[in-house]
Amino acid sequence: MAAQVAQTPPVSTPVTISTRVDQVGMRPLIASWVRGIIAVLIAIVMLIPVIWMGMTAFKPLPDAVSVPPTVFFTPTLEGFVSLFTQRRQLSAEEWEAMKQRTDLSWAEQVMLPRQQTIIGESQFGRQLLNSVIIAGSSTILSVIFAVLSAYAFSRFRVPGKDDLLFFILSQRMLPAVVVTVPIFLMYRQLGLYDTPLGMILLYTSFNLSFAVWLLMGFIDEIPREYEDAALVDGYTRLQAFRKIVLPQAVTGIAATTVFSFIFSWNEYAFALLLTSDNARTAPPSIPLILGTGGIEWSTIAAGSMAFLIPVVIVTFALRRHLLRGVTFGAIRKG
Amino acid sequence: MSDVRLSNITKTFGDINALDDISLEIKDGEFFVLLGPTGAGKTTTLRIIAGLEKPEAGEISFDGEVVNALQPADRDVAFVFQQYSLYPNMSVYDNLAFPLRSPLRKTPEPEVRQRVTAAAEKLRISHLLDRKTARLSGGEMQRVSIGRAIVREPRIFLMDEPLSNLDAKLRESLRVELKHLQKTHGSTTLFVTHDQIEALTMADRIAVLDAGHLLQVGTPTDIYDHPATTVVAQLVGTPRINLLPAQAADGQIQVTESSLRVPLNGGRASGEVMLGIRPEDVRLGSGGRFEGSVILTETLGVETLVHLRCGGQALVSVVAGAAPYGVNSTVHFDIAPDRLHVFGAGGVRVN
Repeated sequence: MAAQVAQTPPVSTPVTISTRVDQVGMRPLIASWVRGIIAVLIAIVMLIPVIWMGMTAFKPLPDAVSVPPTVFFTPTLEGFVSLFTQRRQLSAEEWEAMKQRTDLSWAEQVMLPRQQTIIGESQFGRQLLNSVIIAGSSTILSVIFAVLSAYAFSRFRVPGKDDLLFFILSQRMLPAVVVTVPIFLMYRQLGLYDTPLGMILLYTSFNLSFAVWLLMGFIDEIPREYEDAALVDGYTRLQAFRKIVLPQAVTGIAATTVFSFIFSWNEYAFALLLTSDNARTAPPSIPLILGTGGIEWSTIAAGSMAFLIPVVIVTFALRRHLLRGVTFGAIRKG
Repeated sequence: MSDVRLSNITKTFGDINALDDISLEIKDGEFFVLLGPTGAGKTTTLRIIAGLEKPEAGEISFDGEVVNALQPADRDVAFVFQQYSLYPNMSVYDNLAFPLRSPLRKTPEPEVRQRVTAAAEKLRISHLLDRKTARLSGGEMQRVSIGRAIVREPRIFLMDEPLSNLDAKLRESLRVELKHLQKTHGSTTLFVTHDQIEALTMADRIAVLDAGHLLQVGTPTDIYDHPATTVVAQLVGTPRINLLPAQAADGQIQVTESSLRVPLNGGRASGEVMLGIRPEDVRLGSGGRFEGSVILTETLGVETLVHLRCGGQALVSVVAGAAPYGVNSTVHFDIAPDRLHVFGAGGVRVN
């Protein structure tokens, strides 16, 4: 601290006027208020579909389809219960009998107003689990591979580096759907059709091109001097990478993780074509809820909600790193 | 501590010859300074000694043992970087402890604590130990980075312009501290700088590099009093040496377009030469043999620089205290005949 104090010039007269730009007058104040209000309005407009979906998920069926839409309603878990179960419509007598019973589970009680009884589990739970496994694994794999290759591209003299990087980027130039048929045929031959492994490999390779480029930008920003210092201080290149580079690339890794996860999680076309029962993920399953007897809006909304939650969790868990600045170092640009 | 020997080191970066056949010997416990302008190859030399760069040819040995094949970690040297390079995700304490905790040394924590505390005390940074490195001033950062070098006892200290990013006042005080630290530790230190004052004040010996070539090695007095080439002569000393084109014949040197004529003391020279005269050797006084007119004076307090014109040549003289010379006034001066520097073809010293 002593050195810092010594560097500041002595203040002879007290400063009586504010030099802060934002305190100059009323005008900037009003402008910042207006900006704030506009931002809030835009946020509301953007969030309406999400809020609407959330409300619908908790509405009983009549409220979900009523015109004009109801804003106030008694929340129910009907949507969620029907999402995860298979049900049978009860006849009037059966329904009366069910109403008299006292040994009903809470799920059965929830479905009672719909005159339905639960006869088994639906596929959705497993499909959601498939999504978690496939999206999670492919995200972890693509981030690991991407960090390593981005580090190599950033630090070493790789022969044909520019061509390789362009090749990696060019993977993104072709619309993915174009290659669905060849991939479908290859997967059939290789026995990867409808397997979690097949989907993990596919999503990993899709994510890699983008992840390498994104991470390389972040790693380029980390000055090499840190590693030089660590090498001289008695560490190997790999140890220096783990102890010095990785902690500093956290922001980039977090961003790459979120982007990769969102892609793998949301992917629809390949999931629809390359999976059937075993490895089917959630995205192609949600529209199938439409099928059975009338449009189950609250079930669909509940499915979308359940589908949304993991992405929110991942993003929320990494938000601190996403928000933090990239260069936070103690290297002086001389 | 160790001695270092570089034999015929050559290093190129693409088409650029960074180091051309450099041979150097640094003695055990010596404060050795590599001096040269930007791009001279000073930093490359340090990085080659540390093992961060591989030379195309030549041998590096510590205590007679060739270390070319050793990884930086195994060479046991400490490097202080110009940019400090403090690990930003760690506290000052962890930065200092980092070399001790390396898998190579695995120092037990109590000893780490003791060594870090001792180093911090020596550098007066004990109060900063819990601080994150990003929240330090430049001087504090540089102390920490020096501390990271002294916590262990490396064979050699390598310092790459460690003071150049600091303000003048701080630089002066750290210069004294560094020199003191080196002498009390008796550590072999290789110090890179482009600042001739740093070199002259701190070094036991100086090596002058320019464009990958080693121009001269010697003590600060050697370098100052007997510069081997015009480049060395110009690099060392403020104000700069006066370099005047001249003709040498019959043991006499006649400066071109002026009445300056001095005897050539020792050495052989004839034809075109460059005559070097340090400003303090241009002695103003009423009894002087030569005559010139004052162009300009610069008062520095303790001394004054007097710029003179003598025929077609300009000269700088330095006199103690304030100088009472008005612009365009005529002054007499003498030139110390035994302190002349005569450079022949290619700027190489001949006397």
